[in-house]
Amino acid sequence: MAKMSLDDLRAMRDQKRRELEMRDADNKTVQIIVGMGTSGIAAGAKNTLSAFLAELEQHGLTNVSLRQTGSLGLDHAEPTVEVRMADMPTVIYGKVTPKVAGEIVRSHIMNKTLVDEHVFDRPAADILERKEQ
Amino acid sequence: MAYQHYILVCGGTGCESNKADAIYRALQRETETHDLTHTVQVVKTGCFGFCAQGPIVKILPEESFYVEVTPEDAAELISEHIVKGRPVKRLLYKEEQSKEHARVDDISFYQKQFRVVLRNCGFIDPEEISEYISREGYVALERVLFDLSPQDVIAELKTSGLRGRGGAGFPTWMKWNFTREQTSNQKYVVCNADEGDPGAYMDRSILEGDPHSVLEAMAVCGRTIGANKGFIYIRAEYPLAIGRLERAIAQATEFGLLGKDILGSGFDFEIEIRLGAGAFVCGEETALLASIEGERGMPRPRPPFPSVKGLWGEPTVINNVETLANIPVILTRGGEWFAKIGTEKSKGTKVFALTGKIANSGLVEVPMGTPLRDIIFNIGGGIPDGKAFKAVQTGGPSGGVITAEHLDTPIDYEHLQELGSIMGSGGMIVMDESDCMIDVTKFYLEFTVEESCGKCAPCRVGGRKLHNILTKISKGQGTQEDIETMRQIGTSMQRASLCGLGQTAPNPILSTLRYFKAEYDAHIEQGVCPAGKCKELVHFSIITDKCIGCGLCARRCPVLCISGERRQPHEIDQSKCIKCGECFTACKFDAVLRA
Repeated sequence: MAKMSLDDLRAMRDQKRRELEMRDADNKTVQIIVGMGTSGIAAGAKNTLSAFLAELEQHGLTNVSLRQTGSLGLDHAEPTVEVRMADMPTVIYGKVTPKVAGEIVRSHIMNKTLVDEHVFDRPAADILERKEQ
Repeated sequence: MAYQHYILVCGGTGCESNKADAIYRALQRETETHDLTHTVQVVKTGCFGFCAQGPIVKILPEESFYVEVTPEDAAELISEHIVKGRPVKRLLYKEEQSKEHARVDDISFYQKQFRVVLRNCGFIDPEEISEYISREGYVALERVLFDLSPQDVIAELKTSGLRGRGGAGFPTWMKWNFTREQTSNQKYVVCNADEGDPGAYMDRSILEGDPHSVLEAMAVCGRTIGANKGFIYIRAEYPLAIGRLERAIAQATEFGLLGKDILGSGFDFEIEIRLGAGAFVCGEETALLASIEGERGMPRPRPPFPSVKGLWGEPTVINNVETLANIPVILTRGGEWFAKIGTEKSKGTKVFALTGKIANSGLVEVPMGTPLRDIIFNIGGGIPDGKAFKAVQTGGPSGGVITAEHLDTPIDYEHLQELGSIMGSGGMIVMDESDCMIDVTKFYLEFTVEESCGKCAPCRVGGRKLHNILTKISKGQGTQEDIETMRQIGTSMQRASLCGLGQTAPNPILSTLRYFKAEYDAHIEQGVCPAGKCKELVHFSIITDKCIGCGLCARRCPVLCISGERRQPHEIDQSKCIKCGECFTACKFDAVLRA
């Protein structure tokens, strides 16, 4: 990417936002977002990530994107994972060991059933989203 | 096939002890009676951080938030909400109108937390600049480059009431304005990411989760004060944060958001990372500047302040990570929006790192003025293992303790100072009844003695003296005169030390003397450590009458100094005992005596 002008920046902001909204509206893809801050990684987020990769491959799921983000701040429940997909409420899972990662893929993604005892709450409303509404 | 509803029942400790499990089972029973098992899934969750109004039941996808639910309510929730589609109004959470300090007009939500600084942490991929841009990223820089004059920016910051989040709480607009008013060919912007308080990691999380917000704020600052060069001083112990920052700087430079002629405005700004070796004193601004210059990290007397003579003698703004992360929001939302959050003199939010004896440890961001009780017993989920709350330590080695009687004090700069503590960077270490205040205080003094740079005598000598006296007291050899001596040394250090490290090092002592004098007396007069932490004063033995010889303590003992036949009273070999207390906590029959 070359240097941007002001217009480029604005165009990119709109385009990327639309892209993200479309991804949500389209509901074709499933997003698994793993919290990869220091506390997450210390609690084993890297193993969780590999477990997701292995599990997705094993079931031949190609419509799932696996992404990373920073810490949600739920250190007592690390590693944390957010799952966004069609027909399912967006859920934050906590204490996601490799075993739980497997359950999330099989139960939440393939069977549309929440994984018991691992659902947590997003700690605060999104101030940016609220402005859009 | 997806379910039509998901019923989440909070399974946190607080809700669990309030019959959450019975509610869970009742809801399941009701779904079965109504033949809804294929359309409704009932699950138990982790703590919702809303314990004061528990048990909590949340129904998705409607996001209905029910509070203080009882098992008897289950039938109504199912028949009304699920079957008839009508929310059960009497159980829905109602916004608390009384908490005006925590309210922002256009936002109404049940969460206690309010995330301005952490707005992107956990939302975006920190290694992908376009994700930051899509969430109002670099809008503030745009405005500053093309719409706002430096005076406008200062005015906006003044309206916002933003104060430094690194400790002292100096108004940010004044700092920027002092530097802006200096005439010089070269000025600098420095980001202080030398987070050193034990138990504090908010800056690390911001840099790891949202590095661009800090870069954007630094560029905004550069434009406002007339600087084209910025430094981020970060400790080498934060490799992940450093990696993400490097990547963010590279991406921003590639996109033309840093570097020469940013967005065609003619403004140049570049940022360099400087790694610190982790000395605590380098978080002090003049020592930090010396370290960036390649000198030994030691403070120098102020004035002149860095805004006049800073890095290489040039005017410099030094801001902490969290302070900077607020700037883009203030300039996109406006200072007035920001000023609505918080209290009269402390605006905005504060991020706290909640650690120690707390159920839900982690990072929390709350509006200034939120009572400590909310942070600890609601968001934090209270003290684990049914123990009693004793105190919370704020401000790390420079701060003090807040006791149970002050739990309802609103947390802001002024109130904390009144209580003899400080905001500091926002570390909050929770202590329960099993913590000894002399032991904790000794830990902090050990830390400041270790980290003192040694340049000025009050800190170098005073700190060591204080630590020696504390050690003496913890061995039961202290006297009442020692207390007086500690007060004297402490006051002298506060007044005569060169920098914040020495000036605040006696705070943990002075604060615990204020609130826990009785505990000092117990150590001195009776030679007893009430919490059983000071090893020289505690002694473990087995009460023969009570011991059933289960052998649990012997298995737990890390030095294998407990012996005895099965089903016969055991014995502790005092010569080998390290007084760790494992046997005391392990015994189910109260047969271990701690005296």
